Amino acid sequence: MLKFTEDHEWLKIDGDVATVGITEHAAEQLGDLVFVELPEVGAKLDKGGEASTVESVKAASDVYCPLAGEIIEVNQAIADDPSLVNSDPAGAGWFFKIRLDDAGSASTLMDEAAYKAMIG
Amino acid sequence: MDSTADLLKTPLHSLHLELGARMAGFAGYDMPIQYPMGVMKEHLHTRTEAGLFDVSHMGQILIRAKSGDVRDAALALESLTPVDVADLKPGRQRYGLFTNASGGLEDDFMVANRGDHLYLVVNAACKHADLARLKAALSESCEIEAQFGRGLLALQGPEAESVLSAYDPDAEDMLFMDVRDLEIAGAPAVVSRSGYTGEDGYEISLPAEETDRIARLLLTDDRLAPIGLGARDSLRLEAGLCLYGHDIDETTSPVEANLKWAIQKVRRTGGDRAGGFPGADVILGQLEGGAARARVGLQPSGRAPVRAGAALFAEETGGESIGTVTSGGFGPSANAPVAMGYVPSGLSATGTKIYADLRGKRLEMAVTALPFVPSTYKR
Repeated sequence: MLKFTEDHEWLKIDGDVATVGITEHAAEQLGDLVFVELPEVGAKLDKGGEASTVESVKAASDVYCPLAGEIIEVNQAIADDPSLVNSDPAGAGWFFKIRLDDAGSASTLMDEAAYKAMIG
Repeated sequence: MDSTADLLKTPLHSLHLELGARMAGFAGYDMPIQYPMGVMKEHLHTRTEAGLFDVSHMGQILIRAKSGDVRDAALALESLTPVDVADLKPGRQRYGLFTNASGGLEDDFMVANRGDHLYLVVNAACKHADLARLKAALSESCEIEAQFGRGLLALQGPEAESVLSAYDPDAEDMLFMDVRDLEIAGAPAVVSRSGYTGEDGYEISLPAEETDRIARLLLTDDRLAPIGLGARDSLRLEAGLCLYGHDIDETTSPVEANLKWAIQKVRRTGGDRAGGFPGADVILGQLEGGAARARVGLQPSGRAPVRAGAALFAEETGGESIGTVTSGGFGPSANAPVAMGYVPSGLSATGTKIYADLRGKRLEMAVTALPFVPSTYKR
């Protein structure tokens, strides 16, 4: 199941685990990323909590935790090479995996059609 | 931010839109921040081939002495700046500073001796204040002409000479800070061999109605890419060049800003035309006795950029802030974060370790020599 947030994150949900990244639209808006700070594995985050910081050549932006849960894995590859987020935001450029406190909470998020309508 | 409807347009506005630029308000103008190539590639392209920048928002001003002698205009201008203007030879340009009574900086600019008049290029955000300042101080002896509608292109990078010489071979003979009249495909241009990237290149002043035609013509050369203000900022930061309003402002003196080189001997204590500019007592005093703080290059450890506004500390924990980062970002050519800021003079030696607050953590920074990327001016 693929879901989207208003903050331009995508979630690939498999059971109670969500893989989270930023959308192609967000990656394009941010421009070339030069630095990614990932959350710590084991961190417990609330919905909307700051999960990660990304820096483009020009500015810093926060990536928020889309749903409450515990970080169980992070993608070290994007910390080593932030340009992966620009080149493959929906694939190799994923940020982290989170075990959701409530697997049902994902139903509140947008599906792909609703997200595409939002960004126009 | 300014609403788009209120923003002014440069002569290249429709070209920027055609090229797919992302536009934003800057100093009252709707300007290209980046093109589809993106800031990183635009930056690197300028350093390896050549870039074309629209800097038509900057203020171009002519000063003519009523006596007809350009030296009289130069001497009049020296009442506002600590720079030696009177000894500037025809066809030559130099960097200048407008100072205030407390020794701070009101703007920085380029001034050229054009033989029978002076030609100034000032910052976009300051141009109306600069014009008023010049009129108030110089009107008795000079005519001041604002050319705020003219176009100004910057052509920068190792291929700039070859690109421009194809239109006028005289471009090739010019050296850094030379200024000449060139003819580019029938358009009369005032061209200086200078820029704001650390690269060799030119700034090309054109009549408004010719700017779009010449920009499009130059861009037919495959080596040349249009470059936005985003890359302009990262290029000048790597080159260690000050951005007015960030690295220098009305509270920073030229000595603190490490711009002592811009004040020639003749204007210093003991010189033939010592002083006579706003804040001379403060600035000449600092030239003799030093200043309490200094602008320095800062190299953050690791990969995270440290941005303007970040507080600086002498120690890894505790203590009061000792200064501030005034410009900071990622340097694509340096392939590392780069920054500039002010620190107490006692901590300004190259290699000194200090700390910046980055999202609540102290990150080690090393005071480093500027520029971050060596300049390639043709001297």
